[in-house]
Amino acid sequence: MSARRIGRDKGTLSFTFDGRPYKGREGDTIASALLANGVKVVGRSFKYHRPRGIWGAWSEEPNALVDVTVGGHSTPNLRATTEYLRDRMAVRSVNASPSAVADRHGYLDRFARFLPAGFYYKTFLWPDWHLFEPRIRAMAGLGRVDPQNHPAADNPFINAHCDVLVVGAGPAGLAAAMSASAAGKSVVLVDDHAEAGGSLLQRDAEIDGVPGPQWAADCVAALQAAGQRVLLRATAYGIYDHNLACIWQRRDWAPDAQWRIRAKQIIVAAGAIERPLVFPDNDRPGVMSADAALFYLKRHDILVGDRIVLATNNDGAYAVAAALQKAGAKVIVADTRKSFAAEIARGLQVKQGVAVEAVHGTNGVEAVTVGGMRLEADCLLVSGGYTPTVHLFCQALGKLRFDEAIAAFLPGNPVPGMTVIGAANGTFGLAALLAEAHSAGDGAGEPPRSAGDEPPFRIEPAWPAGGAKGRQWIDFQNDVTLKDVELAARENFRSVEHLKRYTTLGMATDQGKTSNMNGLAAMAAITGRTIAETGTTTYRPPFTPVPLTVVAGRRRGELFNPMRRLALENAHRAAGAAFREYGGWLRPAWFGSGSAFDEIQREARQSRETVGILDGSPLGKIEVMGPDAGALVDFNSYNTISTLKPGRIRYGFMLTENGVVYDDGVVAKVADDHYIVSCSSGHVAGVTMRLEEWRQDRFDPARVVVHNSTPQWATLTATGPNSKKLLAELGLGIDLSDEALPHMAFAEGRFQDAPARVARVSFTGDRSYEISVPTGRARALLAAMAEIGWGLDAVLLGSEALLLLRAEKGYLIAGKDTDGTTMPHDLGVSGPRDKRQGEYVGKRSLFTEEAMRDDRKQFVGLTVDGREPLATGAHGAETNSGKRRSLGYVTSSYFSPTLQRPIALGLIERGQSRMGEEVEIFHLGEIRRARITAPCAYDPEGARLNG
Amino acid sequence: MQLFSCPFCGPRDETEFHFGAEAGNVRPEPAASTSAEAWADYLHFETNPKGPSREIWVHTTCGEFFLMERDTVTHEVKGSQSLRRGEA
Amino acid sequence: MTRRYSAFGLLREGLRGHTGWQPAWRMPDPKPAYDAVIIGGGGQGLATAYYLAKNHGMTRVAVIEKGWLGGGNTGRNTSTIRSNYFYPESVALYDFSLRLYEGLGRELNYNIMLSQRGLVSVANSDAEMEIAARTVNAMQINGVDGELLGAEQVIEKAPLLNTTDRARFPIYGGTWQGRAGVARHDAVAWGYARAADGFGVDIIQNCEVTGFLVENGRCVGVETSRGTIRAGAVGLATAGQSSVLAAKAGFKLPIRSFALQAMVSEPVKPCLDTVVLYPGTGTYLFQSDKGEIVVGGGLDRVLSYGHRGNPPMQTQVLSGLLEMFPSFGQLRLMRQWAGIVDVVPDSSPIIGPSPLPGLYLDCGWGTGGFKAIPAGGYLLAHLISTGQHHEISRPFDLDRFASGRLIDEAAGSGIPH
Repeated sequence: MSARRIGRDKGTLSFTFDGRPYKGREGDTIASALLANGVKVVGRSFKYHRPRGIWGAWSEEPNALVDVTVGGHSTPNLRATTEYLRDRMAVRSVNASPSAVADRHGYLDRFARFLPAGFYYKTFLWPDWHLFEPRIRAMAGLGRVDPQNHPAADNPFINAHCDVLVVGAGPAGLAAAMSASAAGKSVVLVDDHAEAGGSLLQRDAEIDGVPGPQWAADCVAALQAAGQRVLLRATAYGIYDHNLACIWQRRDWAPDAQWRIRAKQIIVAAGAIERPLVFPDNDRPGVMSADAALFYLKRHDILVGDRIVLATNNDGAYAVAAALQKAGAKVIVADTRKSFAAEIARGLQVKQGVAVEAVHGTNGVEAVTVGGMRLEADCLLVSGGYTPTVHLFCQALGKLRFDEAIAAFLPGNPVPGMTVIGAANGTFGLAALLAEAHSAGDGAGEPPRSAGDEPPFRIEPAWPAGGAKGRQWIDFQNDVTLKDVELAARENFRSVEHLKRYTTLGMATDQGKTSNMNGLAAMAAITGRTIAETGTTTYRPPFTPVPLTVVAGRRRGELFNPMRRLALENAHRAAGAAFREYGGWLRPAWFGSGSAFDEIQREARQSRETVGILDGSPLGKIEVMGPDAGALVDFNSYNTISTLKPGRIRYGFMLTENGVVYDDGVVAKVADDHYIVSCSSGHVAGVTMRLEEWRQDRFDPARVVVHNSTPQWATLTATGPNSKKLLAELGLGIDLSDEALPHMAFAEGRFQDAPARVARVSFTGDRSYEISVPTGRARALLAAMAEIGWGLDAVLLGSEALLLLRAEKGYLIAGKDTDGTTMPHDLGVSGPRDKRQGEYVGKRSLFTEEAMRDDRKQFVGLTVDGREPLATGAHGAETNSGKRRSLGYVTSSYFSPTLQRPIALGLIERGQSRMGEEVEIFHLGEIRRARITAPCAYDPEGARLNG
Repeated sequence: MQLFSCPFCGPRDETEFHFGAEAGNVRPEPAASTSAEAWADYLHFETNPKGPSREIWVHTTCGEFFLMERDTVTHEVKGSQSLRRGEA
Repeated sequence: MTRRYSAFGLLREGLRGHTGWQPAWRMPDPKPAYDAVIIGGGGQGLATAYYLAKNHGMTRVAVIEKGWLGGGNTGRNTSTIRSNYFYPESVALYDFSLRLYEGLGRELNYNIMLSQRGLVSVANSDAEMEIAARTVNAMQINGVDGELLGAEQVIEKAPLLNTTDRARFPIYGGTWQGRAGVARHDAVAWGYARAADGFGVDIIQNCEVTGFLVENGRCVGVETSRGTIRAGAVGLATAGQSSVLAAKAGFKLPIRSFALQAMVSEPVKPCLDTVVLYPGTGTYLFQSDKGEIVVGGGLDRVLSYGHRGNPPMQTQVLSGLLEMFPSFGQLRLMRQWAGIVDVVPDSSPIIGPSPLPGLYLDCGWGTGGFKAIPAGGYLLAHLISTGQHHEISRPFDLDRFASGRLIDEAAGSGIPH
């Protein structure tokens, strides 16, 4: 016989495990449903493929990991003990094939002696690790990823704050929450079970005159009535800086959520986890935590065995033995202690001073040898003491101290904003923990009163030590045995961190909840140190594995990095735009349904002939105003700006303090105290911030302000020979004569009833006007320009054609035609460097040893024979004595529809002094030859600016 | 997710802030009489203290640069101070 | 006793209960004086000791470690090895390191599990493809294996990549280095430690350097929590603590300390065979031999010496991961941790003499020190034993900050700093 359900109700939920059909109850976990059906072997261990059964009842479970398929989608590695059963679930054991009970790799256990901890560091060297790795990889891993299952990005973050966050709704947590609530504090109580009460749900206890479960339910009702928040199935998995708790809440009615709760005080009442005793074959299916057996009995009507041996070293297990006996099992307690004072239930058989020496049976317990005597048994329960759940305390930078009396690590120092209570603090008695909890919550009056006397908790740890016989498991999932710890000690992997990394102890998905304490105690014993001296490894979030989707939240797809969108996006779409992302903006790349190449060529050619209309709205428009505006703009620029006459514009560079070109652009001087700094669309935030920084750092902030008005203005550019006619018909009230508005001039007029700004600047080399109107008028302006443009044979220009047109002119794009080393003199602009007095950003860096070198990469044009453009990203190269060396690279390359030949720009070493020379161009192993020219390939005299 | 205090806007999430520089890093001027070493020291070299630190931060949502004293190990924030004249 | 590692040794020891394995290293007390003392028992420091003994015959050497060896960034990084660099100086350094790695397992008689499974760096736009071409051409000119991949070739390397039209970052192609890969990070430290110990090097754990012994303006040893130790030369290989030790020696470094987080999922059966890097999301990942998906991303935004993670960057990295690999939304985050990295303005390391004569620097490796462990150790050993730069380390001297000759890999792809 094995585990079975003792209640009548066998449940109506259908599920399969490894292909076999079973029934379970509503409210069952997968684990309880498997136990109820007498399933003993639920999985295989990671390394030796040992058959394994269910050890625990909750997140400490090391063995029962399963792949679960629901509705056609499967999810790997779910913990059977914390997943609730759903109808028509298909459950598969992991790391086992074809099934957990008949795994074809089970033979590996017979070779275990040749596969000790870290064996892989000592072999697989010949001929090469690469020969072995694929096979090792195939053997490793647990569950399988379902390539078709793409979980949605629908897990919200919910932010909250409170006075007191209580983690754990057992007796301590409930009492603390009640106390804090009574003290007038805002409280959030979280627990990872579906029901509040913790140990009260399985222990016989009365509090304030009512049974424990009733008292727990009353507390929850009272807290909710007081307006406090109670979150169930909510796991506090991480404590982060400034008392932020991250909580994974499972919700049946909606996607799981991540709560981020900032609490003034966090009360940790997370209980304690029972740990195994270490003896030969202590990993067999049917060997189970005593606490878990009680959990399954009280919460799921499951009796884990009919003939039970309960091995213990402490008083805590006697209540379990009594309850199981009462439920009809025959129980024999095997206590490692020679004498003890625990209350023994009537009829309970107890053997004192004995340890488990052998477990018989492979796929289930058949008998247990205790103190030299073979006891027939179908289940071996184990209680090796309790490990307080101090994870969250350690995450909050708390330090631990080892308490000999209860053989456990406990919080050892005060951590501001955090209080640890109850079993997590080593307080095991109900009356004591209620008092502790009441005081932690700061409430007035008396703590809740529990009924009956409680003897103190007593334990005599039977820590594992060296020289032991047989194979005794410390870490079940990762197959770390006591011999492995001995080997680690022998080889001087004695630090707990070395122990962990060398043997993989505690690195499994249960994160060592049942194994760490035994492992380090074994290391302490073997190396002759105390447990305190040996110390523990660091506890880090998450407390238990958390779905990546819950941590990632909803920020995916477009929300991952939202694109900036033009006010005129729909209008462009209607006009047939193909969109691409440029500097974070979604912009028309070209218009029309032909091939991209053809459409771009058409747009570029036609705009040189008639007039092109381009949406330039993302271009930065940063206003600098006030009496010191000129000084700030000058300091920010490589070129002096303030000497301009009002209404004039100057092109120039902005440098970093390293002297590198950060951006280029034009600055318009509107008035002596008003400038508009324009910059690349991708640099708007950066330029605004650096202006703001220098404003606050060097200037009187009362005398100059910086305002980014980019989103407030929409900008449409008219470029080409007919642009002036187009402007004239728009009727902006501006004198468009070349005398009044020459190239590089600025004017303000009106478009309909709104202000309009016109900048006569050109990024194409043709006569151009940038017209900016308030964003709300963008549509009207585009409509007007299109209407007028119809008669002028106008063309809509996408960004790609603009990139081509400016390349024909040798106009650079910062960040494309410059790199992170390019200085202004590399671009042929050395006037300010040579002559400018006074300080500006980056000045000193223009005179470093590096900046003065004569072999710097310089901005040039490149021409090739034939019609095939060079590849952008190709390198200029030279070969000296057989060794090839890069001279720089092609940064822009197009076929020019106007010139009917390829054009290219690049950064080439000493390029400006090599005009006319030929250079090798290397691309993916192919070599072409190109001639170095000036960057400008079209209209070098600039006649078309006024054409 | 740390909580920083802008002297103007109060406590806000760390994601609203950008680190500026270590406090007290004065720009050497004029360029002509600044040695390469002094310039490199200003540009690149840091005290980078482990423990208490005085730093310039900017609250990007309001644009103000301010002084923050905090601990680079514990992440405890000791306080924030405006850099406006008469306030710092 | 079994000292040499082999399949045969494993068999022999297996038959007698593994009782004959010798310690991987001794646990000696510090001696009063050594020819050289290396501060920092991570990969770089241990490799330095190994190469001092092997290449330069110096065996009166101590490695001093504050905690446990390999416990700093060596034990916290995501163990990626690559040499897909842009500038010749960087290629010389990192490809030298990769070549040393390629023979290291057998040289050290320790399986470091170097897995040259290749690295694909995905490009998400035409502009990124142009930069990818620039990078691949630089690699090929510099003699490193680099290839430019089209979109289909990228998807072939990592079939679970997001190819839906909802992808925020569509796949245009990418760069590929086939010799890149991963290694078992702890094993690298342990392998070097064991081999150095075999040469007689003293590896002294739980020993903290509290100050420097300076005589006549020269560093002649260190003060430690276990007493004064004199040394002919001192090497500093303490990633994450470099500024702290520099302050004790009386100088500043161009370094800021940031936490770099890493995360792993629960282990699953093989589903990803290469290392994948997505500049668009700042996320990179691979699947460990154990089956875990190992994920890293950018630096935390706040300067820190606190070895712990922070939710905003976790969200950033994991949402980036799921954007790249939607099916990984089935997985769970099992562990996360952080290392403190030395961030240098040009993101290149600092190797060379320090302002304090007799003290040599090996720091500033940023997020990429693991892949440079063999080279870093080799070059620092050369410096310590000869007092001179190896030609590979010369460009990485501290003097580049005053000369302006920075080696900024990001600069090659057009990013101004």
